[in-house]
Amino acid sequence: MAARAKDERAPDMAGFREVQRLAYACAEAVAARLVPGVTEREAARMQRDWLRERGVCDWFHLPFAWFGDRTAFTGLKVPLQFFPTHRRLEPGMPFILDMAPVYKGFTADIGYSGHLGHNPLHERLLADLEAHRELILREVRERRPLRGIYEDVERLMARQGYANRHRAYPFGVIAHKVDRVAERPWSPRVFGFGTQSLKGLLSDAVHGHREGWSPLWSPYRFSDHPPQPGLWAVEPHLGFRGTGAKFEEILVVTDSRDPEESAYWLDDDLPHVRRWAAERVAA
Amino acid sequence: MSGQGLTGARERWVRTGGVELCVAELGDESRPTVVLVHGYPDSKEVWTEVAGRLAERWHVVLYDVRGHGGSTAPKPLRGGFTLEKLTDDFLAVADAVSPDRPVHLVGHDWGSVQSWEFATVKRTEGRIASFTSMSGPSLDHFGHWIKQRMSRPTPRRVGQLLGQGAKSWYVYMLHTPALPELAWRGPLGKRWPRILERMEKVPAGDYPTPSLPDDAAHGAWLYRDNVRARLSRPRADAYAHVPVQLITPTGDAFLSERLYDELDTWVPTLVRRSLPAKHWVPRTRPDQLASWINEFAGSIEAGGEEGHAAASPAPTGAYAERFAGQLVLVTGAAGGIGRATAFAFAEAGARVVAVDRDAEGASRTVELARLIGAPEAWGEAVDVSDEQAMEKLGEKVAREYGVVDVLVNNAGIGLSGSFLETTSDDWKNVLDVNLWGVIHGCRIFGRQMAERGQGGHIVNTASAAAYQPSRLLPAYSTSKAAVLMLSECLRAELADRSIGVSAICPGIVNTNITATTRFAGADAEEEERLRKRTSRLYGKRNYPPEKVAEAILKAVVRNQAVVPVTPEARGARLLSRVSPGALRGIARMKPPL
Repeated sequence: MAARAKDERAPDMAGFREVQRLAYACAEAVAARLVPGVTEREAARMQRDWLRERGVCDWFHLPFAWFGDRTAFTGLKVPLQFFPTHRRLEPGMPFILDMAPVYKGFTADIGYSGHLGHNPLHERLLADLEAHRELILREVRERRPLRGIYEDVERLMARQGYANRHRAYPFGVIAHKVDRVAERPWSPRVFGFGTQSLKGLLSDAVHGHREGWSPLWSPYRFSDHPPQPGLWAVEPHLGFRGTGAKFEEILVVTDSRDPEESAYWLDDDLPHVRRWAAERVAA
Repeated sequence: MSGQGLTGARERWVRTGGVELCVAELGDESRPTVVLVHGYPDSKEVWTEVAGRLAERWHVVLYDVRGHGGSTAPKPLRGGFTLEKLTDDFLAVADAVSPDRPVHLVGHDWGSVQSWEFATVKRTEGRIASFTSMSGPSLDHFGHWIKQRMSRPTPRRVGQLLGQGAKSWYVYMLHTPALPELAWRGPLGKRWPRILERMEKVPAGDYPTPSLPDDAAHGAWLYRDNVRARLSRPRADAYAHVPVQLITPTGDAFLSERLYDELDTWVPTLVRRSLPAKHWVPRTRPDQLASWINEFAGSIEAGGEEGHAAASPAPTGAYAERFAGQLVLVTGAAGGIGRATAFAFAEAGARVVAVDRDAEGASRTVELARLIGAPEAWGEAVDVSDEQAMEKLGEKVAREYGVVDVLVNNAGIGLSGSFLETTSDDWKNVLDVNLWGVIHGCRIFGRQMAERGQGGHIVNTASAAAYQPSRLLPAYSTSKAAVLMLSECLRAELADRSIGVSAICPGIVNTNITATTRFAGADAEEEERLRKRTSRLYGKRNYPPEKVAEAILKAVVRNQAVVPVTPEARGARLLSRVSPGALRGIARMKPPL
């Protein structure tokens, strides 16, 4: 199976990169259209429509939008509260757009954080995410157990003064595997998640359970294993007193011995990476 | 300035409506003017302390209300003290001292009552830039407040009415003919300074002035001329045409805080401040008043009346009323509870000094504190167990930032392991930080607070381990029990000086204390394993330090003595009272680590 994955990698990667770029383009397009008064539901619908118009007909999960203190999941008790609400965007509010379209059988899962107008605190959070992107890649290349990396990310967040908010996701995951999805004319969704994608995740979970790994990268014992080759959608999420920020993108893990090849970010030309580079140049 | 009266003040007399008003001026006349109006029974000297502090930045004007101090009394007295006439007086003074610019008005007690009239009548429009009110409601607002409660008397409203009714006993007394005058010119006038000192904790000195008996006798007409008339027929158009800062002393024996509940409907731009003090705040809390007046009037000068809200990013926390602009020092502020506490105070608009031996962590706390609302914040790399370093810190803070209003002695380290395996070095380390750190903090900053004599608050972070014995934490529990008792004793001692002391007793809180805890008797590898294991357990419990910080702010506002935080800490506290035997049983258990 590993050999097959390797053979098909080049065209596969191009497909994943294409859908990830498409999703980020969608996020940027929708973010540019956000004005005071827009609700989370409207923002989610904008993302859906934008992607549908460009040929997306299946989802790993439907687009989410979180505004204001919902970016830090303040007061979140049950998973249903992840779904977009009638919360309206106000000047200075932070927002997060999170979407996972399936395009030509390739899945992306991205998270885009921004704020409307002026919000120096949120700028700080966005800038501080960079250290996490570097930390995760470095430790995955070192083949450290995923649970250990999770704890190191959490420690870095604490040192930065923030709280780990990806703990609020199902199973507290900081990442999960994504894969190709069979294109079916009809793919219903369960609680916003595409059944084809869930099927893939489930079959990974079954395989993993036999082989001692899990497609969910969590703080729990079932993630106490070295990184498993494949594509991981990594989503560190910082929270600080009612302000949250995250990015989400695909990390490619291979079984190569060469550290550079063993893990790399699928695409380095993404909005948040470009922003950090621009900030470095400005500094 | 203290105790010297209004030295250096330029005096002048302003004639208006048949009386001569005694006006004193301090500070540079080219600067914007602040007019201070005194209350009853007082004269302008009540403002001495505040005026001296404001004179550095403002042109400060004080005047004796007609019939008080150096001003002459109207003849006849009856009908000579109506709010209309007092408004004439104010306008005459304002025109004399600041003909071209509107003035910033500050009133205390009856000075505030009449200033409400100035701030809400048409003819003063354009003459007032801002109004800071303390301990004196608008009689019109008060009248509506009573009417609302009478017309729909729910139990709560009746309670509020009865509460304020009881606090207003002196108003009824003042309406009796001749008796108040006799009392003031007789025994009451003689004993008043002593009464103020004992009941109101007003520092003795050159206040009240010798004119007190006459001031008080004349001033009775303030009540007789206005109270019944305005309370029975309050004006319906008493809307403020200036931004108002309301300073409410929470321990005021004469005015309920509830009086201001509906104030937002009358005042379009309202900033609320609260202060744990009794009625005579200009005498007991001059530093805080001067700083709030500076800040409020300054923001209006900077941004113009309209731009006020935009000029300063208003602190949004629920505690902004109480802590905005106060100086808060937190030790152990580079992480965990200390950092969360620093952030909570920052959110409330306090100025924060973050102390930690981890300089990088402290400066990180400072950076974020500024982003969430602290007008100023500083990081100080100091080890609380180092006495000399703490002394130096005390000097530096007093010199550069001011006297600390709220001190949070939070720095602490963990030490676990059986008593027999705990070395004397281990003991020394944990006591040095957990106990001596608190002692140094209380000694150095507590003394500064006491010497300033304007109140303050000390919070010491103890622990549920202070009353929950355990075979796992003998040294740690001992240190924390000492902190708890120290706090209780200090609370008793400092109560006279209006300095509150609270001990916070958190249970299992998810902080990095477990990652640095020393495990006595364990080798390096075993210690590392135990740290990891406890960190995970604490992570699973996942009680956030932010909730402890919230409890700390609440403890300061309510001046609580001992505050257990987390259910297990509250449970243990309860057991320690009703069934200490059960606690001893728990203490013998050995958790599998």
